[in-house]
Amino acid sequence: MQSLGIDVLFKGTNFLRLLGGLWVAVRISLISVAISIVLGIVMGMLMTSKSKVLKVIFRIYLEIVRIMPQMVLLFVVYFGTTRVFGWNLEAETAAIIVFSFWGTAEMGDLVRGALQSIPAIQHESAQALGMNPLQVYGYVILPQTVRRLIPLSINLITRMIKTTSLVMMIGIVEILKVAQQIIEANRRTSPNAAFGIFAVVFLLYFLICWPISRLAGHLEKRWS
Amino acid sequence: MDFAVMKAYLPRFWDALLLTLKIGWQGVALALVLGIACAVVVHLKIPVLRRIVGAYIELFRNTPLLVQLFFIYFALPKVGIRISAALCGSLGLGLLGGAYMAETFRSGLENIAPIQTESAQSLGMNPAQVFGYVILPQAVSSSVPGLLANLIFLLKETSVFSTISLMDLMFTAKDLIGMYAKTIECLTLLVIFYLIMLLPVSILGSWLERRLRYAEFGN
Repeated sequence: MQSLGIDVLFKGTNFLRLLGGLWVAVRISLISVAISIVLGIVMGMLMTSKSKVLKVIFRIYLEIVRIMPQMVLLFVVYFGTTRVFGWNLEAETAAIIVFSFWGTAEMGDLVRGALQSIPAIQHESAQALGMNPLQVYGYVILPQTVRRLIPLSINLITRMIKTTSLVMMIGIVEILKVAQQIIEANRRTSPNAAFGIFAVVFLLYFLICWPISRLAGHLEKRWS
Repeated sequence: MDFAVMKAYLPRFWDALLLTLKIGWQGVALALVLGIACAVVVHLKIPVLRRIVGAYIELFRNTPLLVQLFFIYFALPKVGIRISAALCGSLGLGLLGGAYMAETFRSGLENIAPIQTESAQSLGMNPAQVFGYVILPQAVSSSVPGLLANLIFLLKETSVFSTISLMDLMFTAKDLIGMYAKTIECLTLLVIFYLIMLLPVSILGSWLERRLRYAEFGN
């Protein structure tokens, strides 16, 4: 049996390159989660409004996000919109747009749920104290929802990191692409490298996502 | 938008849809079986086996399907395990789904109040009857929303099959764009076909969820 690629991993800067690829994936998901949290809170607040039009719009938005695979959205944004509008979109920007579009919907729905779980008396009491709507949200309602939202948004980060593996399909060089490049470059000398390299990629994803989802689960239990 | 072109592409997309559904359902069936088995193992706290199942659930819940598929399809043949692309697709989807389904079933089983078991026992039921007539029906109806969410999630995940050269919807769209550069037409068809596949499941899901709420205890 020939080597299974562990030697290839430590040849040159291969391992560092893999980690660099992982960082690309993590960076895209962190930026998208940050955007999603901000937009999601706004959306969640709007979703609790009584407007029929807003309700229909959000319903359609949520349904699109619920049933369209992220890969399709990536293709539509990266290949479709550039074709229709003729603009120039970097692959990473396209990825961040898609992930934020998806994350905002998820966060928005979570924020809505959290907001609606706050008893109406909190609103009324704050208003009775003479607060304006902005103050009611800023000082009374949002602080109470934060505890419920933090574990859920941490969970969203792991789901985003996992989904970033798709961005190689629109040409972003992230960990899987780097892995393929390393395997291709060493095809002659070490034809079985695919095993070792993909096993390491598998493990790296796990090592990134597992602690984060454990943390989310832990916080959820403690704060519920 | 060139409708004649779209019409010409229809048969290829149709075949792709059928292939996606075929592999998708095999994967989902495997996921359900695995999920129930794993949930029961965890729930009954069977020694040793419970640790293995726990590790499996954590491992597959915390890695992307794409990486799992690459491992099964490109890495395993290097140690002598060769699997066809189609089998690899349903196996990967089933393993991923099994981990998610297990979690859903497990929380369904856990959410049943201990008094249900106690009451059933005081009526003189044996453990199998308690499980079959009291616990399981309630666990199933309370985990249905989660199961349907998993189902939609899994059918969406089939979009990564194209990377192991299965001719699914994504592959077909990419292939046709590459050959004829009718980007807009292909992407529109792609979106429409995913709607055809997932919208009924989503609608059925919301309907079932409303219906099953009546089955819950105390309503």
